[in-house]
Amino acid sequence: MSNLLEVRGVSKRFGGLVAVSDVSFSLAEGEIIGLIGPNGAGKTTLFNVVNGVYKADQGSITFAGTDITRYSPDKVVHLGLARTHQIVKPLNDLTLLDNVTVGACFGREYLGKTAARKVASEVLQQVGLGDRAEMTARSLTIAGKKRLEVARALAAKPKLLLLDEVLAGLNPTEVATMIELVRKIRDTGVSVLMIEHLMQAIMSLSNRIVVLNLGRKLAEGQPDEVVHNSDVVEAYLGFPDIVDKLTRAD
Amino acid sequence: MILRRPFFWIILVIAAGFIYAPLRGNNVSLREDLILVAIAIILASNLNLMIGYTGYVNFGHIVFYGLGGYVGLYLTTVRNWNLVLSAVVAGAVVSLCAFLFGLAILRLRGAYFALATIGILQAVQAFVSNFDPWGRSTGMYLSFTSYQSLGGARRALWITYFLIIAVMALSMIVSLAIKNSKFGLGLFAIREDEDAAVVLGVNATLYKAIIYSVSAFLPAVAGALMFFKNGMIDPSIAFEYMLSLEGIVMLMLGGQGSVIGAALGGALYEKLRSYLLTNPVLSNFHLVIAGGLLLIVVLFAPGGLIGWVYRLVPRARKVIE
Repeated sequence: MSNLLEVRGVSKRFGGLVAVSDVSFSLAEGEIIGLIGPNGAGKTTLFNVVNGVYKADQGSITFAGTDITRYSPDKVVHLGLARTHQIVKPLNDLTLLDNVTVGACFGREYLGKTAARKVASEVLQQVGLGDRAEMTARSLTIAGKKRLEVARALAAKPKLLLLDEVLAGLNPTEVATMIELVRKIRDTGVSVLMIEHLMQAIMSLSNRIVVLNLGRKLAEGQPDEVVHNSDVVEAYLGFPDIVDKLTRAD
Repeated sequence: MILRRPFFWIILVIAAGFIYAPLRGNNVSLREDLILVAIAIILASNLNLMIGYTGYVNFGHIVFYGLGGYVGLYLTTVRNWNLVLSAVVAGAVVSLCAFLFGLAILRLRGAYFALATIGILQAVQAFVSNFDPWGRSTGMYLSFTSYQSLGGARRALWITYFLIIAVMALSMIVSLAIKNSKFGLGLFAIREDEDAAVVLGVNATLYKAIIYSVSAFLPAVAGALMFFKNGMIDPSIAFEYMLSLEGIVMLMLGGQGSVIGAALGGALYEKLRSYLLTNPVLSNFHLVIAGGLLLIVVLFAPGGLIGWVYRLVPRARKVIE
């Protein structure tokens, strides 16, 4: 199977700060990859480079056979790569329906407004916001806004969805609902690359995990092997053997 | 389609009223009153496309009106072109200029964009004041023969009036059509959060340049018609900075983002202004009152008149757009 997303040797600097340094990984169609790492590891910057908000200083990004390294974000969406934001960006004074219609209008299928509206109400239903379609985005709770982010991205009918901490700030019930939603999205054939701090979610959803630390790729592999990788444990907790100690105390 | 929107027919009724009222009894002074109201509506409606729809404050909107006036008057007097053709060409030329300006200055956001629009106004005014073919600072005068082709001055003024009313109706129809289109939705997304809009697939750079250019077209046509009617133009009346600011007051007063809000604000402000200007006691204070009004609206009714109506009757949104 060919790779849907291919990130090769990507670096991004801000002045003297190297936010992402020589990161490579690939994602196959239908896969869910979890992207983890301590705060400031460069995860969101990597997302921004992949979807074109920032231009990579080095390296290349190929999506579905097209080199998108120099593409602007709006062109990237047309190819079928949509994303959500860690800090939600609702279109506050528009209704939820309009918010999601924007996603459908300017997404991969570039639908006309009437068709986009239909898609938008379906997607709102799918994420569980169907009954609030006529409310303004401003009036939603944080959990609602996170779902709205997902809905807008989904309405673009993406082949690959980048989810940036959609679980952060949600309560346990909301987390469970969201995990279920991500699983359903995967089942419709959309591949997912997700940044997440919540290990329980990452472990249960991901096929593979990529770990970033200080802008570099630290590890990559199956969820089980990654969490027991001593470099990863050290990056998070400082002591490589702490896992053993903790599990022994159990 | 737009024909199915009730508000489209309301616009046509308003325009018909503007035509019928002065025609009945051949009331020339009413016509002159209404022409100013119509110009205010045209300016406010097109400014609304930038401020209300896209969220970009344009302090130099009047530059389109003045430049359109110059190009129009040049074509009708020096080139002896017919009025309608001159006005449309003036609109097209100014629109094209705006598109090019737009590509340059629309990279700026917020206050920086607003400052750049003032710069454009000043630059164009300085250019025109030194441009020989357009009479430098003394401006241009219409030769009386230009009225001849329209069947004499009396008829020419009526024809110009009807054309201005047509431009007024067209301004509102364009606003309405854009508001209900996919293009309009893209603009609203830019207004709410430009970064989010781009990530959702809106080509913000292009959209902003297009709307900036669209918002220039009809004001330029109106300028060409209005200065033809007045028979003269010079830099200080063509690029009246105050009128640019007053356009913003009109918009805030009526309710930005709403088609009828912009029109209503334009009409009301213009009536208020002519009342104040002709009142012996208050005539020197009209800008003071305009400023006070703006302050009151911004503080207590940020949605303007229409926002207030929407709050009272939420269902009004469906009919009054």
